Amino acid sequence: MKFGVIVFPGSNCDHDAAYAVAHNLGQPLHHTAEFIWHSSATLGGVDAVILPGGFAYGDYLRCGAIAKFSPVMRAVKRFAAEGGLVLGVCNGFQILVEAGLLPGALMRNRGLKFICREVRLRAATTRSPFTSAALPGQTLRMPIAHGEGCYFAEERMLDELEAEDRIAFRYVDNPNGSLRNIAGILNRERNVMGMMPHPERASEPLMGSADGLVVFQSMLHAHSILQKTPQATSAV
Amino acid sequence: MTAPAITPDIVAQHQLTPEEYQKIIHILGRAPNLTELGIFSVMWSEHCSYKSSRIHLKKLPTRGKLVVQGPGENAGIIDIGQGYVIAFKIESHNHPSFIEPFQGAATGVGGILRDIFTMGARPIAVLDSLRFGKLDDPATGARNRRILSGVVGGIAHYGNCFGVPTVGGECIFESCYDGNPLVNAFALGVCRKDEVFYAKAAGVGNPVIYVGARTGRDGIHGASMASAEFTEESKQKRPNVQVGDPFMEKLLLEACIEAMHTGAIVGIQDMGAAGLTCSTCEMGSRGGVGIEIELDRVPQRESGMTPYDIMLSESQERMLLVAEKGREEEVYRVFRKWGLEAAEIGVVTGDGKLRVRQHGEIVAEIPNRQLADEAPLYNRPYTRPPQRAEVAGPGPAPLQTQDALPALIASADICSKRWIWQQYDYQVRTNTIAGPGAEAAIVRIKETGASVAISLDGNGRYCYLNPREGAKLAVAECCRNLATSGSVPVAATNNLNFGNPERPEIMAQLVEAIEGIAEACVFFDTPITGGNVSLYNETLGEGIYPTPVLGIVGTLKTAAPVTIPFKHAGRAVMLVGGIGACNDLDFGGTQYAKSILKQLWGQPPALDMDYEKRVHDAIREILAEGLAESAHDLSDGGLAVALAECSFGPAGVGAQLDIDSDLRPEFLAFHEAPSRILISTLNANTKRVDAIAEKHGVVAPVVGVTIEKGIEIRQRSMTLGSWEIAALKHSYETALESHLSQGAANV
Repeated sequence: MKFGVIVFPGSNCDHDAAYAVAHNLGQPLHHTAEFIWHSSATLGGVDAVILPGGFAYGDYLRCGAIAKFSPVMRAVKRFAAEGGLVLGVCNGFQILVEAGLLPGALMRNRGLKFICREVRLRAATTRSPFTSAALPGQTLRMPIAHGEGCYFAEERMLDELEAEDRIAFRYVDNPNGSLRNIAGILNRERNVMGMMPHPERASEPLMGSADGLVVFQSMLHAHSILQKTPQATSAV
Repeated sequence: MTAPAITPDIVAQHQLTPEEYQKIIHILGRAPNLTELGIFSVMWSEHCSYKSSRIHLKKLPTRGKLVVQGPGENAGIIDIGQGYVIAFKIESHNHPSFIEPFQGAATGVGGILRDIFTMGARPIAVLDSLRFGKLDDPATGARNRRILSGVVGGIAHYGNCFGVPTVGGECIFESCYDGNPLVNAFALGVCRKDEVFYAKAAGVGNPVIYVGARTGRDGIHGASMASAEFTEESKQKRPNVQVGDPFMEKLLLEACIEAMHTGAIVGIQDMGAAGLTCSTCEMGSRGGVGIEIELDRVPQRESGMTPYDIMLSESQERMLLVAEKGREEEVYRVFRKWGLEAAEIGVVTGDGKLRVRQHGEIVAEIPNRQLADEAPLYNRPYTRPPQRAEVAGPGPAPLQTQDALPALIASADICSKRWIWQQYDYQVRTNTIAGPGAEAAIVRIKETGASVAISLDGNGRYCYLNPREGAKLAVAECCRNLATSGSVPVAATNNLNFGNPERPEIMAQLVEAIEGIAEACVFFDTPITGGNVSLYNETLGEGIYPTPVLGIVGTLKTAAPVTIPFKHAGRAVMLVGGIGACNDLDFGGTQYAKSILKQLWGQPPALDMDYEKRVHDAIREILAEGLAESAHDLSDGGLAVALAECSFGPAGVGAQLDIDSDLRPEFLAFHEAPSRILISTLNANTKRVDAIAEKHGVVAPVVGVTIEKGIEIRQRSMTLGSWEIAALKHSYETALESHLSQGAANV
């Protein structure tokens, strides 16, 4: 499975994401991750897209507010509309929200300070291509590193997210004031997920946790099913 | 436009002495114009020229078999094998951080990062050594808290956005830093050995290219500001502090490294202190060539800037490079891709002069070599360091051990600095194997599979009591931290923070400290590959404690490190190096003396370097054989504090110690003799640990046992204190926030 990692000017977790999927997922090393420059109009045949963490375009305005206008985002939207898997981590989540691919907003942390630390997450649903490898209600350890990760949406939207089982992860000890302890959400079609914690930073025991692999393994699994389906059809 | 005549007043305003002015006239063969005077004044400032310290800095060891580049470049370079090197250096931004804490600290980080990637190395770790005034001081506490918050916010802002992990450091509070906070930033980067770049111009006719941010009027005379004492007027110098743009720096990093790979770049230097002036004349001087530039071509942020403004501006995120003639387009293409401005502003010449033109007319013409390398050199008179009145010794302890430990744990110096480092992204790049709060920071080098360990240390109290011994203790402590992390120290960098060198007793502190560092660095085989000197850290005549900060780097193989906390109950607790000695005199510099007795007297703890080194060899071997489950060196607060810190782990395991010693109880619990490391190990392993210790000629007594809950210290079966872990731990983890908020509530 080939992951495409989008590189905005100011992305700084791009190499970490590529390293995690290339080295820690048990995939053959070649052709597992490729970088896609922000000015690119196409995604070049990747199987899934990762919007990595960082400070796209410096984020001196609202986080992700400029990134949503970059040419590559048109391609990402098209890819998502066609059912492709899109994962936004941290700044990537902020960009997906700004771009309208996910609902709500990410505001300043409750304490108004940047927080870098490990948090515990609960897999709120396993019914998604990003969380299927988790056990229902499983607690996962992953780091957060953000200043603006307080998830906000209107009550009605929050109810809708819950009713449609679109909350992917919840914080066990809410570090940033996110409403309803939301750490990650899905779009209605369940092929786009944004999350503030960093699964790529928890992808090998040496980093203190390998729990983040759950996200990438789920994506791998979803992709393998997708690949098998057309074959099955043609066999009929 | 008529140029103003250079009057003695103008010379004095530029902090040049009449003798220095005569030397300028001699070099030029004429009187300088104002632009030239400004150029000389920044290049010959203490900050850029090291004119008071250079004679003594020559005493430092700078060579070693792994040293690829010693002092004199933007950063030192060490060979780590497999075709890779690391580049690292520490630098201060003390003065700007006092005037404008957030931007002062932010641009300090920006400056040291540029020093690293200028050499072709991608920064992979930052550490910071910080000193502030006391947070709860009724008179200055509010300002100190504001400075702390600003500095931490600035470091976080810059490092987090740039994408370099801030993996550790230290932070101490003393009244002497009230008007002179210290912000020393260390950075380390990695690159291929055959891809190192130097700040050297070469090739007559090659284009000189300016890249990065535009030049504004910010930071003019920053280098000179850092070379004078603070007075009431200094507060008016806020415009001298630059504003940092970490996003621009991130682009500059990526673009520079990509441009270097084109092979079209001959030499490159960042524009830091003294900006365009420093980069042009130093690159020219190092290459033995001249550089001619036309200021009209320098990208400018505002109109009407004079040559003086442009040459002295310290606007951030700018680089100067020399490219191979005919291959400019390859360079421009990379910078365009990253959306950065690049402009050819001049050319390398053969006449050895820095020639500056504006509108085609020469506005400054100075021989590079004399400007860069013939700065005045002062052997300033020095007497002996100020002596502390010899106190006979402490009176009866006002607090028993039982109450003293909680008080020390909650003191600002010893408590957890989590409030600080949680604001730093310490994990980006996914290489952080040991981060803030660990014995030493450990960062993996993905390129080679090996790791590097880094420790920063300095102790102003020790150095005030005895600069030479205090400096040696700092080197020893760094090396001990590295050894306790399983690594072998290989090289060092230092930041010398002192008061006004024109005062003979302060100069004596500087000389003694440098000689102490030299002696210890020779002994521990850690050559100094670069560093920084920050003098004039005085406000209204009040100087800081002499504060040399050492940054020492070690290498090790990549593996999960042995960490500080106890893991399991029922393990033997051993003190590698032994109980150590202490007397009345040696106790005066300890944290106990500071926090409990509110005094400072005597001498720093005695250091036996030979024994210290043998303790390092022993602990490395113990760790390599997998014998230790936990390891923590004894430092501030001595045995009791180290024991408590070992008990704050997730397992909640504590220990009961019973120590056979004649020392006074408070000495036993809190003395700070070096060369001691507390480990826990399986009972079955104690014999093996003992054998290793004996082989290295050090003692390693079993001093106790780990237990399910609680901490207890006994002396020959008599209990000195016993504590519940949860309460101590809570106080340890929340004390800094309380110091910040309680103080704030008092305002």
